[in-house]
Amino acid sequence: MQTVLNLLEAEPIRLFVSFGAVLFLVLNLAAILTMAERKASAYIHLRYGPNRVGPRGLLQPAADVVKLFTKENVMPGRSDMWVFLGAPIAMFIPAALVWMVIPFSPDAVVANLNVGILFFVAITSIGALGVVMAGYGSRSTFSLLGALRGAAQIISYEVPLILSLLGVIMLTGSLSLVEVVNAQGSTFWTWYFLPQLPMFLTFYIAGLAEVKRVPFDLPEGESEIVGGFMVEYSGMTWALIQAAEFASMGLMSAINVTLFLGGWQPPLPFLDFGPFNWVWFGLKTALIMFTFQWIRWSLPRLRMDQLMDLGWKVLVPMTLVWLFVTAGAMLVIPGN
Amino acid sequence: MTLGLLQGGSSYGMLYLYVGIFMLLIAGFVATVLVLARLISPSSSSKAKAQTYETGESTVTDPWRPFPVRYYVFALLFLIFDVEAAFLYPWAVVYGDLGLYGFVEMVIFVSILSVGLAYAWKKGALKWV
Repeated sequence: MQTVLNLLEAEPIRLFVSFGAVLFLVLNLAAILTMAERKASAYIHLRYGPNRVGPRGLLQPAADVVKLFTKENVMPGRSDMWVFLGAPIAMFIPAALVWMVIPFSPDAVVANLNVGILFFVAITSIGALGVVMAGYGSRSTFSLLGALRGAAQIISYEVPLILSLLGVIMLTGSLSLVEVVNAQGSTFWTWYFLPQLPMFLTFYIAGLAEVKRVPFDLPEGESEIVGGFMVEYSGMTWALIQAAEFASMGLMSAINVTLFLGGWQPPLPFLDFGPFNWVWFGLKTALIMFTFQWIRWSLPRLRMDQLMDLGWKVLVPMTLVWLFVTAGAMLVIPGN
Repeated sequence: MTLGLLQGGSSYGMLYLYVGIFMLLIAGFVATVLVLARLISPSSSSKAKAQTYETGESTVTDPWRPFPVRYYVFALLFLIFDVEAAFLYPWAVVYGDLGLYGFVEMVIFVSILSVGLAYAWKKGALKWV
């Protein structure tokens, strides 16, 4: 037993074990979320959804993967091949890499970076690069329009996203996600979503915009620019872009949970499962993911000017005001 | 069971090396999937297939041309606020120890930037036309 532990402690093994675990998580999350998305939409529309492959249609994602693997990847003749093919990679990296710094249960984190929050902010903005690469590399009018909208939207909502994290950092006094979770305590009223409610709402909305979900899906806009930046993608390249989208949606839910909803902390002290606290993390993340899907099938798409107004004229001033409120409260109430 | 993922006694630089290797591995994985899909899937090219998709019309324009300056204004605004955030982050980390001094400093700093935002707002830079 001890030798096994020593072997696991050895860095190269740990690297590959954790890499495999993260990749397994991301790919399965993408597959499960595509399925959940279709089922949720079906039940919201009073339909059954996919129910032919396997019991209750649960093997549908596997069938989709096989289908997409055997489909031809059609590339437009005048496209920039390397930029075109690099886009799925640039979109997949941020969706998978940030999982490294998220604590799943008390001791399970791949790399406890002391700048975890900054790492998250920095890496997620690579996603904008992926969108622009996809749109520019395709050399299609629809794609370029989608990419420009995507870039404008992502960088506009990056500002409230970054500013809304300041309250959490001030209360914790650290940028490490492990510290943030530890500081929130194992009772649900000490989690940061209560003292930081406006910041939490801002982060949630900005996160929704960052992962390009309805009502912020203007870069895709299937009813006006027929798929936007990914209109030229087909087969496996398209599947990878979709997987990256779903994985980043899962990632955004996980970050929401980690920063504002207590991460792996149980809602009440007697529900503490020790190393199995990842159950709480999973449950809370699944709940946030479900609200993302619920919103998608309930709200219409925003217009571009409404999108920009919401970002710059509502969310940014709100975060700045709450920054003052938090700073003032910390000054007045000592020992916070 | 989570031992494989436990945070070992890694040194500071080691962690970043880790992140770098991770990034390369993920990029390698995606590239491998693309190559595999290329090997498995059929491929035949034709002139019609290589055309850019424009809802069935034949393409007349090249999208690689100047686009509205509107996007540039927002990029500029983003840059200003991103730099602001870069200054606020270290401040927020140590705020608990700074007390009143830190509060006043932040009020002055954010006020100046808020004036900038208000100016951009009044000038109509935030308006999407």
